[in-house]
Amino acid sequence: MTKCTDPVVLNLWHPVGAIAEIAPGAVQRTVLLEERLSFAVGVDGEPVVWRSRPDLRRADEVAAADRLPAKSAYGYVWTSLGSPPAELFPIPEYAEPDRRRLNAATFGVNVSAPRAIENFLDMGHFPYVHTDILGAEPHTEVKEYDVEISVDRDEILATRCRFFQPMASTASEGGADVDYVYRVPHPYCSVLYKSSPVDESRRDVIAIFLQPVDQEHVRAHMLLCVLDENSEDKVIKRFQQTIFGQDKPILENQVPKRLPLDPRAETPIRADKSAIAYRRWLSQKGVTYGVIPAAA
Amino acid sequence: MITLYDYELSGNCYKLRLLMSFLGIGHKTVPVDFYPGREHKSEWFLKLNPLGQLPVIDDDGLILRDAQAILVYLASKYDPSGTWYPRENPALLGEISQWLAFADGITATASTARLHDALFYDFDIEAARAGAHRLFRILDEHLWFAEQEGRQWICSAPHPTIADIACFPYIMLSEEGGISRQDYPAIRRWCDRVKRIKGFIVMSGVFPAGPARAAA
Repeated sequence: MTKCTDPVVLNLWHPVGAIAEIAPGAVQRTVLLEERLSFAVGVDGEPVVWRSRPDLRRADEVAAADRLPAKSAYGYVWTSLGSPPAELFPIPEYAEPDRRRLNAATFGVNVSAPRAIENFLDMGHFPYVHTDILGAEPHTEVKEYDVEISVDRDEILATRCRFFQPMASTASEGGADVDYVYRVPHPYCSVLYKSSPVDESRRDVIAIFLQPVDQEHVRAHMLLCVLDENSEDKVIKRFQQTIFGQDKPILENQVPKRLPLDPRAETPIRADKSAIAYRRWLSQKGVTYGVIPAAA
Repeated sequence: MITLYDYELSGNCYKLRLLMSFLGIGHKTVPVDFYPGREHKSEWFLKLNPLGQLPVIDDDGLILRDAQAILVYLASKYDPSGTWYPRENPALLGEISQWLAFADGITATASTARLHDALFYDFDIEAARAGAHRLFRILDEHLWFAEQEGRQWICSAPHPTIADIACFPYIMLSEEGGISRQDYPAIRRWCDRVKRIKGFIVMSGVFPAGPARAAA
């Protein structure tokens, strides 16, 4: 496979690791867009990212010219192989002091980033894949919801999503109709807002940030930013890992692994409205990495 | 009361959840943040198991480690039917032990490949996959010949034993390590039979049997 030549994807910010899981100064190795990278976070919290080289063993050995763009955001180190925008997409809720902010896990998944985003947006699979947690028969209908591509924010927004969930989160005490809002503010990242079981005026935030290792493999970083005063960190993580562990075989069995953008390639149903908008948005942006572009 | 020190995505922990479900025994769960927290290497956990491995159980003060050892203990103590680990049948016990050791080999190969792919463990992935395929080929042949003799389970008994439970999880999860079961039809039929045992439960990554009859 050739390395990434897609300028849209090269110029994006990409997550490479959760800061809470890295000792200060310890060099981590990873792969982004088929390039081997190293990174470290200093005691000051500032990340340094570089293309791995045998002579560069510590962050302070890396000359300014050899450093890639680096940013710390939402608990992760982000970098770019191109010229990224000054700012990453906003998640204002992350700054609210009473939220629990955790990396549920970073999992390797044998799938393209766009396929993983589509699965994240899909409510139709809840009763079948996340049985008795995020859905249950006979509550299988995906009710009509709204999708827009916001031009000024350059993101997809799906609103008015509602689904009956037997156990929406670790703080749930029983089944409830749960409201969802989905944002796709980045071709490989999505942010989900769902009704909080503990405060009906607020929403839990769950985000998936996909690090494209290559066109058909990702590292999936899962951010939790939730309202739950009682559960231990590991219990909150376990809940989300259980959900993701259920999705994993479904994702890895998708054929083809890259997401086809031709509207005729796969037959959508009404419930796939957000997926249709996502594919169209990727096409409009000219994304070619991790997808099968529509014939011109 | 049995306490299980448990990680949801661990196939070895699932073996015990599965047997306890088949036997209808209740238990308490203490979640261990195996990943990303590496809590199984923490000081408090190493006091329970100096090997730093899951699962561990505490049954009224008796602390045991090792999934296969715990299967032996739980089946010996809590199975009134005496079928999961038939203590009165030396030949069958020998067979069971043989396949429990084989299950350890599956863990060392198929589970290792999954840890490499999903949790970024630094293992020799090609060796792990090749090792798993070698074991799967042996088990597939064994099960195929057993079927020809009218048997459905790994050991020579008309009922499942803990050997079936010990081998099941990391075979079911093998695709997460890039190990396809396409070439092992007898294994696939056996997996389907395990899923139809009364009391069967799933874990993340394992789905229940379909509503249709067992695969032919």
